[in-house]
Amino acid sequence: MAQATRKKPVVTGADTALEARLAAQSHFRTLRLGTPFQPRIDALAKAQDWYNWAGYRAPHSLWDEELEYFAIRSQAALFDISPMTKYRIEGPGAEAFLNRVTLRDVTKLKPGRVHYTAWCDDAGFVLDDGTLFRLSPTRFRLCSQERHLPWLLDSAIGFEITVKEETEAVAGLALQGPTSFALLRDAGFAGVERLKIFDLAEFPHDGGAVTISRTGFTGDLGYELFVQAEKALSLWDRLMAAGELRGIRAIGYTALNRARLEAGLIVANADFTTAEHAIRADRLRMPDEIGLGFMIDLEKSHFNGRRAILEARTKRKLRHVLVGLEIEGNIPAEHAIVYHKKSQEVGLVSAAMWSPMAKRNIAIASLARPFGDTMVEDLWVEIYAMRELQYQKLMKRAKVVQRPFIKLDRRTTNPPADF
Amino acid sequence: MKAWDAIVIGGGHNGLVNACYLQRAGLDVLVVEKNDWVGGAATSRELTPGFLYSNCSYVCSLFRPEIMRDLELPRFGLQVISYEGGAVFTRDGDYLANYRDHDAHRREFARFSRRDAEAYDRYARDVTRQCRFIQPLLMRTAPDPTSLRPRDLGELLYLGKKFAGLTAEEMALTLRFWTMSISDFLDEYFETDVIKANFALSGIIGTALGPMSPGTAYVLLHHYMGEVDGSVGAWGYARGGMGAVTKALAASFKASGGTIRTGAEVDHVLVSRGKAKGVVLAGGEEIYGKLVVSNADVKRTFLKLVEEKELPDVFLRRVRNFKIRGSSGKVNIALDSLPEFPALPKDSPVYRGDMHFTDSMERMERAYDDWKAGRWSVDPFLDMVIPTTLDPTMAPPGKHFMSCFVQYAPPKVNGHDWTDADRDGFAESVIAQIAEYSPGFRDRIVHMEVRTPREIEAEVGLTEGNIFQGELTFDQLLFNRPVPGYAQYRSPVGGLYMCGSSTHPGGGVMGAPGRNAAAEILRDLAKSTSHMSPAHDVI
Repeated sequence: MAQATRKKPVVTGADTALEARLAAQSHFRTLRLGTPFQPRIDALAKAQDWYNWAGYRAPHSLWDEELEYFAIRSQAALFDISPMTKYRIEGPGAEAFLNRVTLRDVTKLKPGRVHYTAWCDDAGFVLDDGTLFRLSPTRFRLCSQERHLPWLLDSAIGFEITVKEETEAVAGLALQGPTSFALLRDAGFAGVERLKIFDLAEFPHDGGAVTISRTGFTGDLGYELFVQAEKALSLWDRLMAAGELRGIRAIGYTALNRARLEAGLIVANADFTTAEHAIRADRLRMPDEIGLGFMIDLEKSHFNGRRAILEARTKRKLRHVLVGLEIEGNIPAEHAIVYHKKSQEVGLVSAAMWSPMAKRNIAIASLARPFGDTMVEDLWVEIYAMRELQYQKLMKRAKVVQRPFIKLDRRTTNPPADF
Repeated sequence: MKAWDAIVIGGGHNGLVNACYLQRAGLDVLVVEKNDWVGGAATSRELTPGFLYSNCSYVCSLFRPEIMRDLELPRFGLQVISYEGGAVFTRDGDYLANYRDHDAHRREFARFSRRDAEAYDRYARDVTRQCRFIQPLLMRTAPDPTSLRPRDLGELLYLGKKFAGLTAEEMALTLRFWTMSISDFLDEYFETDVIKANFALSGIIGTALGPMSPGTAYVLLHHYMGEVDGSVGAWGYARGGMGAVTKALAASFKASGGTIRTGAEVDHVLVSRGKAKGVVLAGGEEIYGKLVVSNADVKRTFLKLVEEKELPDVFLRRVRNFKIRGSSGKVNIALDSLPEFPALPKDSPVYRGDMHFTDSMERMERAYDDWKAGRWSVDPFLDMVIPTTLDPTMAPPGKHFMSCFVQYAPPKVNGHDWTDADRDGFAESVIAQIAEYSPGFRDRIVHMEVRTPREIEAEVGLTEGNIFQGELTFDQLLFNRPVPGYAQYRSPVGGLYMCGSSTHPGGGVMGAPGRNAAAEILRDLAKSTSHMSPAHDVI
């Protein structure tokens, strides 16, 4: 067959090349791409409330964000994560390469496991955080908010690996919520009950395979499913059919964003500025300054930023700290300034909400050390609540608390419960 | 005999900006312009019936919004229409487009290199950082580093503080950036030749340097300045051509009581006892003024308009050595229909932006090689726009005006002055290049104006046709522009000031030199500058 193809007349080859070029050029006509699930999402998008997620048309909400939030916490929510940047890193040197690039010890990440990690530039500033999937001894998938191909390729010099961006080729879904396990089981993914938190496995689907991991961005029982783009719609339909009696609901980002905040998870370029995008030098952050210090493994072999991070730790040069806050009252403190003794400005709230699960007013904030670090008393936030064209200015006491703000046993229980 | 409070020589955009500010400060100001129209290098001229030619400057990108506001230019008719895209055509029949949308931009680059597509953010971040450092300096008078006056010390301190505010890494990067070549700079981010060529063009436009010459990275910055912090009118066409900018300035000037005399060429500046007293026109008429401001470039001002004996030797020598080398020309074309570019989809926004044909760094550098050898480029670099795709006022319905900025064109051809035959040969190199990408292009040409450095110097008065009134190299910037010791718009002749692009911060239709010069003049006169907005903060 291959030979036959090669023997085709040259003209046809040129035509095909031209057609391919014209097709590639035509992207300017559609500025926001649809994901492989778009036909299904469009059909459900009663609100027509879109935002731009990395060049894709993604929903803030499809119909009702309250219902969508409660689908995460009480039923099963289906969220399209296809726009997430995905890199396939493969080769005999993949483990050593990723161990060098990222903070956590990749030699401890066994095939069939996932971990949450981050990576830094040489000065120890965080380039991004993301999840690393070890699909086989020599094959990984790195998922992140921002794009890092030049960084990964430049770092790959000297390692026997290939790096390939597969954002468009691989479709992804997050299925989150208490009934997500039962739903997958009912959908016929035999053995899914064996997945413990951060496990992944491949399951047959529609003549191909779907990679299911017990991971998510909600702090709830949940899974993420990755499938070749061509099999995306059949996977969606399979889940929707199985989920009919389990309360499955497609959701937009607003609901997910609430759930992630309750789970105490941070979002790149919302809760911190990534190093390659920070125009102002003082916006750069080390892992210890955004709550990711736990990832740093000084026992493992050298990794990008190690020297700078170590120096900052020993010379006490860390200037910021990211903390969870519990704020009195019930008015969300989004982007409020944090004060010490109601007068000295010490930081900024990057995300805040009234948590329906915790029944508390919660927030994530970045503070200037020592505040939030060794000085945690007498912190306040100034909330400007716009009410019918007037700011109600509130000075509310804030208490530094542990994240996550809610801890759900069902997230980690084995086997997962049959809700 | 009437003595004006101020006489401004030259009705270019900086001369008019300067005159507007002085007039609004209560001075009685006269602008004398040798042509029968004002505008200098920012003009719109009907060279063939029905077609308005932006026959020199062709894009509005750098004009300071603070000046637009102070002089009420929108009220006086200035409308700027943004570019919608841009492209470099490649020799294999494809193109690399620039789109305004960030994601479309990335996808377009990814057609050539996924890696380079993703490298753009890092590149944009670093260029933005450099712009943020330099932009606040545009609307300030550069300090004299040899002076101990409190204001100079204060300004030096400001510069020093800004520099000290950088991290050690940023300082190193800034110093490298100001001195390195655009080619070396781009190599640090991109691998693909056409992508580098796409960005490099901003590093060479208007200079007699090639992409591999040190100092061209800064020139790129100069062109990007207009894009910082969302300045209105970043890269756009002035509706009605670039003359609309100076037309609005002239209207603003007249509305505040100013006087313009066109067809009044200055022969020389009247100097008595080391002080400027007025000007003498070519016809011999003397006009008296308490001070004189020259919008002409520094060479024209001090080598032609002022007698040598009035000037100190060192100053004269430095003015003579000031680099103001002719490097570019213009080919302005009236077309009876919109040219077709088979490579480009018909609905592409690129038609409404800037188009280029130089798809590699080597071609760009080779074009410069021709300049060094004293020839126009056989394979020139073009910055081509068709403003009538967005502005119907410049041509009859269905017809179009095309502006081609052409590089390189030497000030002299093989050591001799340009001849008409040279001019035609230069034009042919341009038309041949366009026709290669646009079949039938020649048949659409209704009228054409070809401007080599000879024509630009003769008509606009720019020495050697240099569009920036002097190279934007590090040795001719800030307190060294135009020459050390005279970077504050004053000159060795009392009461004679400079306000053209030869002065800080340099060329482009920015208006900052004219404005800064006005601030210095008003300071000397102890007049208020409260009608002058300070530079917008960069936060």
